[in-house]
Amino acid sequence: MAVQPGAGGASLAPVQTRDERPWSYVPSAFSAPDRHDPAWQFLDLDRLAPLLDGATDAAGEQNAPSATFRPEDILSALAWQQGDHEPIVIDGEQAEPVVAVVEGTGLEPVVARNVRIEARPHSSGTVVLEYRGSASLRENVEIIVGDGAHLTVVSLQQWADDALHAAAHQAVVGRDASLKHVVVSLGGGVVRINPSVRLAGDGAETQLLGLAFADAGQHFESQVFLHHEGRRTKGNVTYKGALQGAGARTVWIGDVLIGPDAVGTDSYEQNRNLVLTEGARADSIPNLEIKTGDIQGAGHASATGRFDDEQLFYLRARGIPEDEARRLVVIGFLAEIIQQLPGEALRERLFEAVAQELSR
Amino acid sequence: MSTLEIKDLRVSVATEQGRKEILKGLDLSVRSGETHAIMGPNGAGKSTLGYALAGHPKYEIDGGSVTLDGADVLAMSIDERARAGLFLAMQYPVEIPGVTVADFLRTAKTAVSGEAPAVRTWIKEVRGSMEQLRMDRSFAERNVNEGFSGGEKKRHEILQLELLRPRFAILDETDSGLDVDALKIVSEGVNRAREATGLGVILITHYTRILRYIQPDFVHVLVDGRVAEEGGPELADRLENEGYDRFLPAGASSESA
Repeated sequence: MAVQPGAGGASLAPVQTRDERPWSYVPSAFSAPDRHDPAWQFLDLDRLAPLLDGATDAAGEQNAPSATFRPEDILSALAWQQGDHEPIVIDGEQAEPVVAVVEGTGLEPVVARNVRIEARPHSSGTVVLEYRGSASLRENVEIIVGDGAHLTVVSLQQWADDALHAAAHQAVVGRDASLKHVVVSLGGGVVRINPSVRLAGDGAETQLLGLAFADAGQHFESQVFLHHEGRRTKGNVTYKGALQGAGARTVWIGDVLIGPDAVGTDSYEQNRNLVLTEGARADSIPNLEIKTGDIQGAGHASATGRFDDEQLFYLRARGIPEDEARRLVVIGFLAEIIQQLPGEALRERLFEAVAQELSR
Repeated sequence: MSTLEIKDLRVSVATEQGRKEILKGLDLSVRSGETHAIMGPNGAGKSTLGYALAGHPKYEIDGGSVTLDGADVLAMSIDERARAGLFLAMQYPVEIPGVTVADFLRTAKTAVSGEAPAVRTWIKEVRGSMEQLRMDRSFAERNVNEGFSGGEKKRHEILQLELLRPRFAILDETDSGLDVDALKIVSEGVNRAREATGLGVILITHYTRILRYIQPDFVHVLVDGRVAEEGGPELADRLENEGYDRFLPAGASSESA
């Protein structure tokens, strides 16, 4: 199988609309990551190089294609062909979350895996993907939310400082179904989780949330694609980042596409970053493409700022010591995301984890 | 009995046009239980006094001294001043997203008193004060000052004043933006704190209206960074009738100053 039609080929004219990005299940159909390519431009490709190991001798098609997942870059195609394919099925009303943990044991060898999460029609449940330890991981996560189903997926990166993780999440949400998708990156060296969600059915809804806390030398990136296809769909993207230390880096690219049939769309995306120290950098790029005028609303916002001295003054003027006041402000800033997570225990754990990040 | 002693205080602020001298040698002595009204036209330096006492980094101390029972307030950090017993009720309270009023109050109380308050009595105390200030219970779960109306912000300031029990409070135009009912409720809160703890008050205001509800023992008129005139409550009555015109250069009006 070559690069798919509708794509125009990986090396031809620039893609005009986000939905026409080239895709293929064959790794060799993609050229190597290049820093002039917008999809790779913010990454330190030398650092990422180990993830490309084995790309040249990758076999062709070993695993069957999927109707709902299309690899859009070489790492995703490699993962598709080389990794295991693990199914997670949600049926009925599942009260307890399904927790799948990747416990890395070292940077070598490079690991690939694919997870396919399917929420059957009218089911509801939560899946938490957790990542710890050291690893070089290429990964695909395919998410299918059946008609009338309600699914929450959390990807929680608490890697060791040297981990490399490139993941493509692709979700399709059916009629009157909803997906809450949360990316939390607290640990790792280079972590790129790119979620892409198609609101395919009429009345489909999604909430795409992200929280990144980047310390010195950490690169956390998410390229988010929200595609409104069905009628009266609703999407909200909120990503928040806190950065501290030299070389701390976050990247957020938010693409929203409102398709020609997506009448009645209600869409909003925002990215907010709090830069706590000198030497950190946050890139934030919201894009909005609208192909029908008959919508409820569509908006985007992006703001990156330093610590607010007036907030600190207010808290300290009530006797709260400076480090405690800083902690309150940062945790307050990130709380909007943490409060959306499923389960009191998980929320407590994340508040604790963020507090630990702050005391590093 | 405590004393807050301000001597020859000179303060400047950095502006885009360079440093500007605001307070030009201010003297003020406040003892426990006393209420001192600081009045004056706009731009006289009233709010600067409040911020300088609280330690706001934008205000630079050029000279003079501030002591609290002999301890050098100007050498203390912002939070040390609060823990020493100073409280500034702000004219423009700041929003703190994601931090609930309940968490904020408990954290502040713990910091000021050096130990966490006993849970049950604390909740009772918070609820009691909120009721007296006619604040709905749901307030405790809202984020600090976020989406508060002007009146709600001021009540929240006085709630903190009652709960944190400082020795001296500076009320920076607490009356601004309040309707008569809210002004009464807020004033009652201040009066309760005065009676309960012997609080000393520096009440900064442009108008005499709030002085009907919070009786001052002394009135100081601040003009151009200095105390231009001092007296008892009767001075406020005179200002009520005459305005600040006699303190201003000919041709200037207190409304536009």
